[in-house]
Amino acid sequence: MESKKILEVNDLRVSFDTYAGEVQAVRGVSFYLNKAETIGVVGESGCGKTVSVQSIMKLIPMPPGRIKQGSILFEGKDITHYSDKQMQKIRGSEMGMIFQDPMTSLNPTMKIGNQIIDVLRRHKEISTADARKKAVEMLELVGLPNPKGRINQYPHEFSGGMRQRVMIAIALICGPKLLIADEPTTALDVTIQAQILDLMKDLKNKIKTSIILITHDLGVIAGMAERVIVMYAGKIMESGPVDNIFLNPLHPYSWGLLKSVPRLDAFSKEKKLSAIPGYPPDLFSPPKGCPFASRCNYSMEICYEAMPKMTEVSNGHHVACWLTHPLAPAVNRKSAEGNKKNE
Amino acid sequence: MSKYLLKRFLISILTIWILITIVFFLVRLLPGDPFISDKVTPEIAKNMLKYYGLDKPMHEQYIVFMKNLLRGDLGYSLRYKGRTVNQIVIDAFPRSADLGIRALIFAVIAGLMLGIIAALNQNKNWDKLSMLIAILGISVPSFIVGALLQYFFAVKLGWLPAAQWKGFAYTIMPSFALGLGTLALVARLMRASMLEVVNQDYIKTAKAKGLNQAQITWKYQIRNAILPVVTVLGPTVAYLTTGTFVVEQIFAIPGLGRHYVISIQNLDYSLTLGLTIFFGSFLVLMNFVVDIVYGIVDPRIRL
Amino acid sequence: MEITSSKFKHIGINSETNQTIVRPSITYWQDAWRRLRSNKAAIFSLILIAIFTLFAFVGPTMTEYDYKTNDYLSINQFPSSEHWFGTDELGRDLWERVWEGAKVSLFIGLMAALVQTTLGIIFGGIAGLFGGKVDMIIMRIVDILIAIPYMIVVIMIMVIMGSGIVPIIIALTITGWVDMARLVRGQILQLKNQEFILAARTLGASSGRLLFKHLLPNSLGVIIINLTMSIPRAIFSEAFLSFIGIGIKPPMTSWGQLANIGARAMRIAPYQLLIPGIFISLTMLALNILGDGLRDCLDPRLRK
Repeated sequence: MESKKILEVNDLRVSFDTYAGEVQAVRGVSFYLNKAETIGVVGESGCGKTVSVQSIMKLIPMPPGRIKQGSILFEGKDITHYSDKQMQKIRGSEMGMIFQDPMTSLNPTMKIGNQIIDVLRRHKEISTADARKKAVEMLELVGLPNPKGRINQYPHEFSGGMRQRVMIAIALICGPKLLIADEPTTALDVTIQAQILDLMKDLKNKIKTSIILITHDLGVIAGMAERVIVMYAGKIMESGPVDNIFLNPLHPYSWGLLKSVPRLDAFSKEKKLSAIPGYPPDLFSPPKGCPFASRCNYSMEICYEAMPKMTEVSNGHHVACWLTHPLAPAVNRKSAEGNKKNE
Repeated sequence: MSKYLLKRFLISILTIWILITIVFFLVRLLPGDPFISDKVTPEIAKNMLKYYGLDKPMHEQYIVFMKNLLRGDLGYSLRYKGRTVNQIVIDAFPRSADLGIRALIFAVIAGLMLGIIAALNQNKNWDKLSMLIAILGISVPSFIVGALLQYFFAVKLGWLPAAQWKGFAYTIMPSFALGLGTLALVARLMRASMLEVVNQDYIKTAKAKGLNQAQITWKYQIRNAILPVVTVLGPTVAYLTTGTFVVEQIFAIPGLGRHYVISIQNLDYSLTLGLTIFFGSFLVLMNFVVDIVYGIVDPRIRL
Repeated sequence: MEITSSKFKHIGINSETNQTIVRPSITYWQDAWRRLRSNKAAIFSLILIAIFTLFAFVGPTMTEYDYKTNDYLSINQFPSSEHWFGTDELGRDLWERVWEGAKVSLFIGLMAALVQTTLGIIFGGIAGLFGGKVDMIIMRIVDILIAIPYMIVVIMIMVIMGSGIVPIIIALTITGWVDMARLVRGQILQLKNQEFILAARTLGASSGRLLFKHLLPNSLGVIIINLTMSIPRAIFSEAFLSFIGIGIKPPMTSWGQLANIGARAMRIAPYQLLIPGIFISLTMLALNILGDGLRDCLDPRLRK
């Protein structure tokens, strides 16, 4: 049977060798992505989501970074140890990426048009005139007004939202099979965020690219992704279909994340904003057990001693938590919330 | 951009005017009668009287002074009988400009290359070597470099002519000595700029596009790194101009810088004054030209 | 590890471990000193400058000659055991003259830098702190002064005032303070908007107290770097002026003046230029390396 998987990451471990020691940024991450699927990667700053995903495109500077262990399979091919030259063929053409800050992601001394044309000409045999035509088409597709006129302008003549549209145009113009969006709306105003997300949804339906969407904003995930991965301290805590994660989360960290989203509706009986106490562990010497243990209401002795394995709880819904072990006391989310209220 | 340039132009004019006024008043502080001493021939004395209006009250003298300058008349020399400052400038300035331009081109091209090589090989041998050359370049004064070059290559080895300005071979050592300081400055600045640019987000975007290293280095890195270097061209011209004062002296080049130094040593105040105004105005205008260049090069200012 | 039911005993949130910061925090200055120490070139430069300064005072006492006595029987002698650095065209001992000259050159370098720095801090501080019209006036003046070519002004003043240490220092500092003023003003403007200033003001701090206790100490890094780089600029200027004959004149001597005389005698006695030339170059090199080192360790953006 032909594999539906366009990307498969197995036990990826990425570390940085700094003068103060080894920082284990990614500590055994495994996930897959199917064709035309969108997965959301959620987690707080420093949890390793950007490093994992940028490692797929080998955009992490190595040194000081290095892939310690694990494999990355793209369309069935093992690209883990591809050289830079080999990666150059894939980047921009098979895989595209858009970054967080549109204000600094474009070359200030190059016209917008040329920044789109150069990626097209790099990967395809096409004349400058034809490339220019395609660039204008792409800019229209991403909703940029007056593309013919704008194509000769410089980045500083565009607003943040418009620049991000240009970034999307650049990422998609060669028709990549995989699009990685690293916090694409975090640096934008809320109204512009909505516009960009709508654009991405629209393009998703038209072009059918597989998308990895990284964000710390759960609202963004809910609208866009089919599956969700929750990361913490370099590891995956929980993953599954988006409905499962939102309606029936199993990991205490996920509970904390969902609870900390401020609610404006009448169902919220909480008067205070809820936050998870404490800080993520230091990645120079990560704990040997579950990294969330010291911030978890339900942690047990075993949590501090060993890392739980990812177990499949229902179809496609995996979690790495000792609470799923048969010997663990039964805790469900409602009672978890109940406990919190009594504090 | 035109608003920006207009503002810079007006400030330049204002600065020149202030400079001239300061010079006017400072000259009044010179001891004795600097322009009419007994060493001066009567003919020159008469010229001085007429040119400076020395028999008139102060404020009228100032008006006379400004009128002269607006006419482009810089005055007379006390020592060189019958020669006006303008004549000396017209005769000697082209030679100094020639020396300065050669030094500038050499310094900028070699400096940029050195800086780029250093940045691309960060912390490796090429980097260390380039930066060693650079820090020596800014530490050893041009007159010492010049004198040493002269001693080794001309006196001892006889490979190059020791002095004067009569052909290409004569220009090598002076241009090198004059330009070395600027080369060093440009190299250090370019290296720092390249290293700062390489950490910018748009470089990551360029990588994510699959562009090869050469494309990234040229169109993304160097094009942006060069901008701060342009801003330093203004002070560079000043540095090169004052550098000609000593380099021309060492290599006996009959340029304007040498005239300037000799006029000071000869107490030829009139010539010194005229040349001070000339050099001062020249440098202020050069700064303005650099502003124009920067406006052309940086698209963010161009509009 | 054996999995037994006892391992599933509830523990819950551990406030001790969920807030630990593993790396000890060190202060800005500790970090800066640590970084400077590891910069061998900078430390070496510092030692070199200290040695030169020491010899400026001790050197002249090491021989029986002095720097101004002519000895027409021993003119233009190459360095020997008698005259360690040789003699010049008037038979004066060069060792003595180099160290006497060192006193002058180093003094001018240091004094000029200190005066520039002080004036810069004063004007920049006032402009930054008070803002508004005061700031505007001071900055207009600074803009104009920066536009006037520095060396032209210096030369003009030297021509008017004649040679000597005091005229040189005046000439160098009369417009030389503008760089520092700009820097200090920039720092203060940056700091003024930070919250700790607002806090201090709310607690009733006066402007003077704000300036001296809060704003200046936090600008110290920038000030130190600029001060260290002003010294070689001043030494270079003095050497330049003396070389063209308007800086230090005989009987006083400076390194620049020695280079001037040495250049004339270069064909027959190259050591006369080489030796002061080496001293000037080494001093400037050491100061530049030290300045670079200080910039590397005091720039807060580079904190590791």
